[in-house]
Amino acid sequence: MAQSFIMESCNCIEPQWPADELLMKYQYISDFFIALAYFSIPLELIYFVKKSAVFPYRWVLVQFGAFIVLCGATHLINLWTFTMHSRTVAVVMTTAKVLTAAVSCATALMLVHIIPDLLSVKTRELFLKNKAAELDREMGLIRTQEETGRHVRMLTHEIRSTLDRHTILRTTLVELGRTLALEECALWMPTRTGLELQLSYTLRQQNPVGYTVPIHLPVINQVFGSNRALKISPNSPVARLRPISGKYVPGEVVAVRVPLLHLSNFQINDWPELSTKRYALMVLMLPSNSARQWHVHELELVEVVADQVAVALSHAAILEESMRARDLLFEQNVALDLARREAETAIRARNDFLAVMNHEMRTPMHAIIALSSLLQETELTPEQRLMVETILKSSNLLATLINDVLDLSRLEDGSLQLEKGTFNLHSVFKEVLNLIKPVASVKKLLVTLNIASDVPVYAVGDEKRLMQTILNVSGNAVKFSKEGSISMAASVIKPESLREYRTAEFFPVPSEGQFYLRVQVKDMGSGISPQDMPKLFTKFTQTQPLATRNSGGSGLGLAICKRFVNLMDGSIWVDSDGLGKGCTASFIVKLGFPERPYETKLPFAPKVQGNHIQTNFGGLKVLVMDDNGVGRSVTKGLLIHLGCDVTTVGSSDDCMRTVSLEHKVVFIDVSMDCYELASRVRERFGKRQERPLVVALTGNTDKATKDNCIRFGLDGVILKPISVDKMRNVLAELLEHRVLFEAM
Amino acid sequence: MAGSGLVLQLQKQLGDYTTSLFNEGFLDDQFNQLQQLQDESNPDFVVEVVSLFFEDSDRLLNELAKALNYQNTDFRKVDAHVHQLKGSSSSIGAQRVQRVCIAFRNHCEAQNIEGCLNCLQQVKQEYTLVKNKLETKLERQLLAARRSSFPM
Repeated sequence: MAQSFIMESCNCIEPQWPADELLMKYQYISDFFIALAYFSIPLELIYFVKKSAVFPYRWVLVQFGAFIVLCGATHLINLWTFTMHSRTVAVVMTTAKVLTAAVSCATALMLVHIIPDLLSVKTRELFLKNKAAELDREMGLIRTQEETGRHVRMLTHEIRSTLDRHTILRTTLVELGRTLALEECALWMPTRTGLELQLSYTLRQQNPVGYTVPIHLPVINQVFGSNRALKISPNSPVARLRPISGKYVPGEVVAVRVPLLHLSNFQINDWPELSTKRYALMVLMLPSNSARQWHVHELELVEVVADQVAVALSHAAILEESMRARDLLFEQNVALDLARREAETAIRARNDFLAVMNHEMRTPMHAIIALSSLLQETELTPEQRLMVETILKSSNLLATLINDVLDLSRLEDGSLQLEKGTFNLHSVFKEVLNLIKPVASVKKLLVTLNIASDVPVYAVGDEKRLMQTILNVSGNAVKFSKEGSISMAASVIKPESLREYRTAEFFPVPSEGQFYLRVQVKDMGSGISPQDMPKLFTKFTQTQPLATRNSGGSGLGLAICKRFVNLMDGSIWVDSDGLGKGCTASFIVKLGFPERPYETKLPFAPKVQGNHIQTNFGGLKVLVMDDNGVGRSVTKGLLIHLGCDVTTVGSSDDCMRTVSLEHKVVFIDVSMDCYELASRVRERFGKRQERPLVVALTGNTDKATKDNCIRFGLDGVILKPISVDKMRNVLAELLEHRVLFEAM
Repeated sequence: MAGSGLVLQLQKQLGDYTTSLFNEGFLDDQFNQLQQLQDESNPDFVVEVVSLFFEDSDRLLNELAKALNYQNTDFRKVDAHVHQLKGSSSSIGAQRVQRVCIAFRNHCEAQNIEGCLNCLQQVKQEYTLVKNKLETKLERQLLAARRSSFPM
């Protein structure tokens, strides 16, 4: 450009240098190419940026593009300036240059910001790559752990699926060997003495010989001291399971302790800090010449397995114990059963013996007593009579003794059962009184009996044994009294007062239908000293000094009484103020109320045992109403035959005139106005307990009759013809239940 | 002792006779019951009851004859009488009389005068029969009783 101006200013010189034309040509071509390049670069940039999805600096590229384009434009325009050019071109050129300058400066400034950013992208990329590598590593770790976990679960399942100790241990070794691809796996168990470890199980070797090592080796102590799996030297005695052959590099060896629980000191709170110090040693060897190493997860696996084995072994131990206990119990059961059978045999033998002896003893006794009594009836001299009397007395005594002994033995083995029947309680006392009165009067003793008003006349219980008890107690009172009086008192204990009689062994409870009878016999005789008190009811002990022994008594009486009283759910005791101050014997027994009340108010109630049909109605006043003469006489005859006091009437009015509370039953022959009559009778006497029962006699078997009777309030309906037996039953039934409706 | 032989004979005869009465249906078990009621305290029980029966029945039969005529028959009254007769005969154990009475009552309910008259005839017949038989029996019984009290 400068050249062109110079050329213009001095228009005098010759034409251009010919060398410069070549240079200009080259410049011309270079500029052209530069422009080309300058125009194509942005195009390329745009093309590739469009292609790439991620490029954050588009604005920069636009700037860059603009810069390059303008540069290119500049160079292109430069082409025109080599020759003569107009002012427009110059202007354009200048504009282009100015623009280019502006853009390029702007771009330069922009690049200052951008280039550091771009560089940092690179750093981030590096960082991310590292992170990815790390994650990969961790993934690898987790996978390994999960695998380990799976192995552990599988192993545990295998181990715990059996309760047999040997199977557990074998399975452990096998599974571990398989999971970890071990060369050898061995278990050392402590011996009974606890001083050595014995090789008990191995994986590969079939039958391990009883190879032992002392337990206090340092390596062993080290392993036992930690609950981790520790690497040990392959040369240690526990690891040297195979004879060293040739050169091979043994694989790494790991040992772990397996706690052995002893049943006796298994405490749930101690686990896992065990109070026992017994461990077994598990040794695991990696394959030799393999350059494999123990990884952490493998060690963890081993530790977990060791713990599981310990648990499984403890379960197996518990099972063994319980089996042993069960076997023991079984044996004991068998032994007990045998003992029981032997005891039963013994009892049976004893009973048989007693039964036989019973008979054998009684027969001669009977002979002696019978013949002696007969002898007594014959003509005897006074000395002979005395002798016979003595024989009789002694044999009677002996007979009583035999009876007592047999009774007691039956009582002892519980084979005695009380009989249950309804009996007259009052008469029992009277009988006893009658029995002891003769002896008492000989000794000039006054005997009194006082039965309280609340004592029922009839009771349910064992009459014979109750009488025996009362007799014994009062007999004792008579025996041991030389003077004074004897008083017997019987009363019923009210349920509220039952509590006062409670003792350690006697616990009376009031119950429905039963009552407690208290009997007290008081005498003023020799009394009992406090030290003799406890021996009173024991067999065969006498509390009297030798001199008074002649008063008789075998010493069994009170013992038997006590047994009887106990069987009757009662209690017996004796109170005494001391020797010579008399004593009071009391006992309580449980008796039952009779089921059907026996009306003693009616004058015709005889002693009935169980069978309630009375054969004689003893003057029962009845009224017979029948308008048929024949029927009237027949019914009257029937009732008279049964012992009733019969009044007959022929009409309703007569009936109403005659009937009174004295009549217990009114028999009405059914006819038209009998219902009305019945209502009138009922009206007269109301609902009183003593009102006469109104019973209809009819030959009609239809239900209407019966319904009418019920409706009109009759107490019963009886079908004719009536036999004697039927009337008897009817009367009995009526008197008991006060109602009788025969099935029609 | 001849006397006792005779007594035994008589008693046997009586027994046979009584059995025949039962077999022919004249008497039923009720009569047995009556005989059972006779004891030392009530020695003439059977005789008394039987006599009562005869009296009662004679009276009733008369009443019935009077009440039954073709004009105004009061069937209620007739029924009442028959009812009484039935009652007595059943108390004694006169089976056949009782049975006729039942039929008689049915006719009364139906107010069938012809039937009633027929029944009346029947009843009279049966009654006469059983009366004769009972009288014979009682005579023989008395005889037997008297003979047995005389040791001959």
